[in-house]
Parts: sequence; structure tokens; C-alpha cells
Amino acid sequence: MSLTPELILQLSLLLPVLASAAIVAAGGKPNLREAVTICACLIQLYCLIHLYLAFKAGYSVALVAWQLLPGLQFSFTVEPLGLIFALTSSFLWLITTLYAIGYMRSHKEENQTRFYACFAIAMSAVMFIAFADNLFTVFVFYEILTLSTYPLVSHAGTEQAKKAGRVYLGILLSTSIVFFLLAIVITWFVAGSLSFKVGGIFGSDVDSMLLSILLLLFVFGVAKAAIMPFHRWLPAAMVAPTPVSALLHAVAVVKAGVFIVLKICLFIFGPDLLASLPVTQFLLYLAAASVLLASLVAMQQDNLKVRLAYSTISQLGYITIGALLANSSALVGSTMHIVMHAFAKITLFFCAGAILVTAHKSKVSEMPGLGRQMPVTMAAFFIASLSIIGVPPTGGSWSKWFLLLGVLEAEQWWLMIVLMLSSLLNIVYLLPIPLAAFLPGLYSTKVATVTGLAVKEAPAWSLMAICITTLGCIVLFIYPQALYELSLAITGT
Amino acid sequence: MLSHLPVLQVIVPLMAAPLCLLIAKPKWVWLLAITASGLTFVLSCLLLQQVVAAGPLTYELGGWEAPWGIEYRIDYLNAFLLLIISAISTVVLFAAHTAIEKEIPSKRQTFFYVLYLLSLVGMLGIVSTGDAFNLFVFLEISSLSSYGLIALGKDRRALWAAYQYLIMGTIGATFILIGIGLMYQMTGTLNMEDLSMRLPEVAQTRSVFTAFAFIIVGVCLKLALFPLHLWLPNAYAYAPSIVTAYFSATATKVAIYVLIRFTFSVFGLSFSFTALPLQMIFLVLGLSGIFMASIAAIYQQNVKHIFAYSSIAHIGYMIIGYSISTVAGLTATLLHVFNHALMKSALFLALAAVIYRTGAVYLYQFQGLSQKMPLTMAAIVLAGLSLIGAPLTVGFVSKWYLLIALIERGWWPVAVLILLGNLLTVVYVWRVIEMAYFRPPLRQQPVDHSKQEAPYSLLLPVWILVAANIYFGIDTRLSIQVAELAAQSLFGVRQ
Repeated sequence: MSLTPELILQLSLLLPVLASAAIVAAGGKPNLREAVTICACLIQLYCLIHLYLAFKAGYSVALVAWQLLPGLQFSFTVEPLGLIFALTSSFLWLITTLYAIGYMRSHKEENQTRFYACFAIAMSAVMFIAFADNLFTVFVFYEILTLSTYPLVSHAGTEQAKKAGRVYLGILLSTSIVFFLLAIVITWFVAGSLSFKVGGIFGSDVDSMLLSILLLLFVFGVAKAAIMPFHRWLPAAMVAPTPVSALLHAVAVVKAGVFIVLKICLFIFGPDLLASLPVTQFLLYLAAASVLLASLVAMQQDNLKVRLAYSTISQLGYITIGALLANSSALVGSTMHIVMHAFAKITLFFCAGAILVTAHKSKVSEMPGLGRQMPVTMAAFFIASLSIIGVPPTGGSWSKWFLLLGVLEAEQWWLMIVLMLSSLLNIVYLLPIPLAAFLPGLYSTKVATVTGLAVKEAPAWSLMAICITTLGCIVLFIYPQALYELSLAITGT
Repeated sequence: MLSHLPVLQVIVPLMAAPLCLLIAKPKWVWLLAITASGLTFVLSCLLLQQVVAAGPLTYELGGWEAPWGIEYRIDYLNAFLLLIISAISTVVLFAAHTAIEKEIPSKRQTFFYVLYLLSLVGMLGIVSTGDAFNLFVFLEISSLSSYGLIALGKDRRALWAAYQYLIMGTIGATFILIGIGLMYQMTGTLNMEDLSMRLPEVAQTRSVFTAFAFIIVGVCLKLALFPLHLWLPNAYAYAPSIVTAYFSATATKVAIYVLIRFTFSVFGLSFSFTALPLQMIFLVLGLSGIFMASIAAIYQQNVKHIFAYSSIAHIGYMIIGYSISTVAGLTATLLHVFNHALMKSALFLALAAVIYRTGAVYLYQFQGLSQKMPLTMAAIVLAGLSLIGAPLTVGFVSKWYLLIALIERGWWPVAVLILLGNLLTVVYVWRVIEMAYFRPPLRQQPVDHSKQEAPYSLLLPVWILVAANIYFGIDTRLSIQVAELAAQSLFGVRQ
């Protein structure tokens, strides 16, 4: 039996859902349960690679699944941006599962079945979002993503976790209901369509005031993109177990946010319209402020995971800036940054989790000297930090390069200064951690340092995951061609 | 046989009720009641099919011709409501036998079924009759039996709640009767269609205005429109839980029907919306109802109270759809009538299961219930999501249609307010979910682990309703088509 691309698309959409059911069924037996997850990841990855090859061969795959309301349907299509997002997420899902096996077991977490099941549901929502062909489909699965990640954030069940869960759910649900849904309804009413279309769906006769309000509603409504002032949910979500923070709050969920913003900018508004709206400039200021302020806040944080969360907010701002500029270099930069930042940030989170599990430290101030105990972890941390900053030989340098080109192309000189400044800030809040770990005397002699301990690394499963993603950061620097070509294909050129 | 369909609806439960008294054995009575209710469900499906296929049906009771005799008239709107009422009543009855086991002493159980069937007669009668006075008679039948049903509650406060409802309900019914009397005096007819033709001639008289005002206020009392809702929370909270599940899905919906029927069909669109600033009044009352009732729901400790206040808030949504007074707005209202019936019956029936197993009605008693009763709590979560209006549930469908209707009308601020009100729903639903899922169970009585989950006789109906919540949120053809047809025919766009 030969598999058509349509069938494969269906399979890759439904696979995580089936996996989730199988995980619940295999609940009592941890080994079987994890085997199910890993198998699902592998098949998923295979399907997506198949789709990628089909796409390269020139097939266009589209799928209308179901008409929900008259005129509103679930429809899916394979396009380059979605492919990039789906491939990145599902590859990292596999790695995170490896990592989680080591982490969750050595941390002796409870309710692991609920954890893996919700994880799979969240991933399936991500797949649906990645291939969605209209705003309506996106919205439906955006909400499902929020709801399915809530149990993961509140996983610990402590008072603090519950509070964080409330903030998480409160911000994400209220922005999506009040802004996003409203914007979708208005778009439906004004444009008569919600399908993504190259060049946008609004006619030339639509009032630009209305469109400006719409764009604002969209950008604030997709709070998963964490543009200030609706970013508070992301630091709050850090109470979750580290694999959740790593995959969902550095990759899947937040990238779903910027992915949707990119899609809206490109395929609902269109670059030309976007450039003519006065509000775009305001949003650029806001995103730039978000980049800088989040970096500044990150410097103040002593809790490593929270520091990384603010760093994520700042980096998401880059992608939003690229989406708003919407010229071809900026778009390539934004798209590549989705991938580059994913690999780098997931590595950083993996390291944070490994430190927590092995050395039981979560505060930056306790980490000097840790390099002797966990050399591999701290080296990985160093390389991933370089990628976030955007220094060769790591993947992050490519995306920042193209983003800067895009800024120059748009002649927004001030933005260039913002991006440069932010890179400096990245150095300030990231690099001291690995440096102090290896050279404890470098920054301060007063801080209690970890000395005299033999090498004691994270559990093997977790360490393997860390090495793979670190390697990914470097490989993406050496072989960016495939990614670059896909990114170029987004605008249909 | 088919030509008698409209009246068989009412006859079947009406005959079954006294039969129940004769049988007097709870188990058999239960089976008889289910059969009767199931029959009405089948009949209403047939009716809906007929109406959609061939247009409105009329039936002359006893062969007396229309303006003089009593006429039963089924159009899209009636058929839609009949379907909702008979379907919910049947599903709820399935659960009744187990659910009332602990709440109603066995010697009174027969009365419960008799009253239940009588109130079914009343509601089906209100919905199928085409005669204004006949409507009042059925209204009284359903009201009197519902006072009795509420008073059956185990808690002694049920008596006080029933008494409150009795007083308020009677005032409402009396107002409606006064209105009908004035109309009769002015036109000399009670047949609704006849009335709608004769009223315009006397439309400018003070008596007709007065009649209109009395009827509107009377109906609003019945449908618990804010601020006339005071009877509802206690009545829902202290009634036997099965009764709450039944009423929350039917009683107020029938009152909405009466409102729509009188304003659209009897008085006519142009009179209704010019005689009083009805649009403005209902819009303001609907919005304040949403906010006040939702906020009240957030502060309740009794879970039944939470969802009772939520019902008042949702009546606000229906009334706002109505006040838009466009086809789209009325469609949204009718859709929400259907969808809200599904959500609330699922929620209250799941609560009935919780009460059956643990007796818990207060929020703090829900701690850790997700471990004791996973299936029941999962049902509450899904029904709660539907109440919030999460995509893929019926709640989303009604929300979407209401928003579209509001924006089509240009009422942007109202759309925003509705979404803000929607957030309040999230808060009170989440209080329950958080309590059940993220708190360890209360440790007081030694619990028998084998008997934690509710029995299947309760779980099955609950999950049927939950499945309906999801099914009709995904496959919306039936509900939307019929609601649209009904709204169009009320506006005279169709036929």
C-alpha cells in the first residue's frame, strides 16, 4: 500500500492524539508507556520528513476535514512555514521525551501518566496549528493547546503551582477570548473569509483604522507570542517540570504564538498592507521595548528558569519584529530564528533541569564552580548561550544576520541599535553562568562555591538529549541551506 | 395517526400521569414514565421531520374550527422546543430512578413521577398550543407541578424555596392572565393567529399597551430575567438534584419560547419593538444579568448555587440575542436555548451523581473528587468547558453566532462586554475544577474504595449529555438549520 501525502498528513495530525490514548491505556507500566511515546515521536518524525520530501517534489497537499459551521471549516495544508514549525517541534518532542524519562524518574514526579498524556495532546494541538489553513482552525487548537498545557503547569499541585496555573490560564484564555476571538469574528465579518492567502485577504476598500485595531487585537490576542504587557504567563509557567518548560515554553507553545503572528501578518494582512498601516510602527516600538525590557528583567533574575523565561520573551520579540517588517530578509530571519532559538533555548532548559536534578540547584548565585561537577552540561550551556547571543559557530548567528539585513532593508535604523543592544544584554545575563561555573574565582570570591566534588552528571537519558540539541545548534550553523531554502519559499517566491 | 401528532405529544404524558398513581410501585412507575417521555421524544422527532418537510402543522382539538375551538399549531419554533424538552426529559428520567433513591423517601417516589410527568405535560402543552388561554392553563399545570417537585427536596429549605417560587410564579402567571384577559376584551378572540390579525386594529389603545406590559413582565418573572430572578437560585439549589437537571434545561427555555411567541407572533414585530423600548430594556437587563449573576456565581459556596446563578447569566445571553431583533440575533438565541439545555442538564446531572455518591454540595467538599469519581468529574470538566464556550463544544457555537449577530448589527461594545462576561464564566467553572483536581481528597470518613465512582445508571445519562455537548459542537447541522428556519419564519422572511 502506498501512502499518499494526504494520508500522511492525516496520520501526522492524529498520531499524537492516538498516542495520548495509548499512554493512558498503558498507564500502569512506565516502560511500556514511554515506549509508546517514543514510537509515536519516531513515526511522527518519519511522516513529517515524508511530507517535506513530497513538498520539495512539488506536491501540494490540502485537506478539508470537516465543516463545523456553515463556511467555517477545519482545513489543513502543507506549506513551508508550517513544515518548519512542525518538523522542529516534533524532532524536539522526541528529544524531550528522552530527556523526560531521565528527569521525571530521577525527580520521582507523581501523576506521570497524566503528564505524558497531556504532553501528547499538546503536541497534537501544535501539529494542528502548524498545518492549519485558516484562522478558525488555528483558534480552535490554540485554545486546546492552552487547556492541555494547564495541567502540565499546575503539575506539582502545590499552592504556588496552582497560583501560577491561574495566571497562565487567566492571561492566555482571557486574551484569546477577548482579543483573538473578537478579531477573528470581525475579520470574518469584514473579509468574509478566514483562509490564509498569500498577500492577505482584505480588500483595498477596508478602512485602515479598523485594520489597525484588528492588527492590535491580533497581536495582543495571540498572547502566546508573549509581547509585553501580556507576557506574565510565561515566567509563571516556569513552576512546571523542566521538560514542560523546555519543550512547551521554549519551543512548542511560544513558537505557536509567533508562528500564528507570522501567519497573520503574512497571509491575513499581507506585507504591503502591513507596511501602510500606521499601527505597525507602534507595534514595532512595542516589540522592541519587549526585547529590551525582557532582557533587562532577565538580568535581575536569580532563578535560572525564570531568567531563561524572560530571555525567551526577549527573543520572541525578535521574531515578532521580523513578522511586522515583513520584507523577505526579515521573514527569513524570523523563520530561521524560530528554529535556531528552539534548539538553543531547549538546550539551556535541559541544562537547567539537569542541574536541578543532579546538584539540586535552581539559583544562578549557587552555580559558580559547578563546571567541575557537571562539565558536559555546563559546556552545552555555554554553546547554547552563544547561539542565543548569535555568535558563530552556532545557528543563532544566521537568523540574527538575516534579521539585521531585514531591518536595514526596511531602513529602520533605530531597530538595528535595539537589536545590537539586546545582543549585548544577552551576553550579560547568559555568559557569566557557564564562565563562573568553570572559573569560580572570576566574578566573586565571596559566593559559596562547589568544590571537591567528583564529576556527577545528569542521568544518561537526559545527558544524551542535551548533547543532541547542542550538536543541533552547531550543525544548523554548518548546514543551514535546507532551512534557508524552506524559509525563502514561505512568501511563495 | 400522523395527523394527530400535535396533540399526542400532550396526551401521552397526561394519560401516563394518573396511571402512575394507580401502579404506585416506584420501579414500574419509573418504567412507565420513561416510556411516556420516550414516546413524546419519538413524536417530537416525527413532528420536526414533518414540519421541516412540509411546513407548519395545525390541529383542531375536538374538531372545533380554529378561531372558536382550541388549535394546536406546530411550526419550526415549536418543533425545535418540543424536541429539546422531550429529549432532555427522557435522558434525565433514565437517571431518575437511581438519583432519587437517596433524596426522596420511597413512599413519595410515585408522586415524584406523577409530578414530573405533569410538568412535562405542561411544558409540552405550552409549546404546542396555538391558543393564548390554553397556554395559560398549561403554564399553571407546569408551574403547580414544579412547586411540588421542588418541595420534594430533602433539605428543609426546599420548602421555603418552593414557597418563594410559588409566590413569584403566581404573580407571573397572574400578570400573564391579566394580559390575556385584556386582549380578549379588546379583540374577542384567544386564538393566537386570530389575535395577531385583530390586534393591529386596536393597537393604539391603552388596554393593548397594558396587556402587552403585563404579559412581558409576567413572562420575564417566569424566565428569571435579572432582576426578577430571585426565586431561581434557591429553587434550583434545594430541589432534588434530578429535578434541577430537568428544570435547568427546560423551564426557563419554555418561558423564552412564550416571550418570543407573544412578541413576534401575537403582538407582531413592529408593535412589540415600538410600544416599549424593549430592545434597550432587554439589552441592559441582559448585560447586567450576565455580569451580576456571574459575579454572584463566583462568590457562592454551594456548587448548585454556582450553576444556578450561571443559568441566570446565560438567560442574559439569550435575551441579548433576542434584543438584537434581527434574524441572526434570534437564531443565536434559539441556538443557545438548545445548547444551554445540553450544558446545564449535563452539569446538574453530573452534580446529581456526585450528590448520590458523596452527598457533597459545598465547594470544599469537592476537594480531590477527581480521584474518587474520575468519570463524573471528567464529565463536569467537559460540560464546564462547554459552558465557557471552548471550541468544539456547543458553547462555542452559540457564542460565535451571538458575536456575529452583534457585529452585524454594529453593536461592538456589547460584543466586547459579552466576551468580558465570558471570562467570569471561566472563573467560576475553574473554582470547581481546581478544587476537584488540585487538592488532596478530604479525609474524614473511612471510604470504601470499590464504591467510589457513580453507578452506571447515572453515569450513562451524564455521558450521553456530555457526548451531545461535543457532538452538536462539531456537527452543527441540525441545531443551526432548525434555529435558522425558526428565526426566519418568525421574521416572515420565509413562507
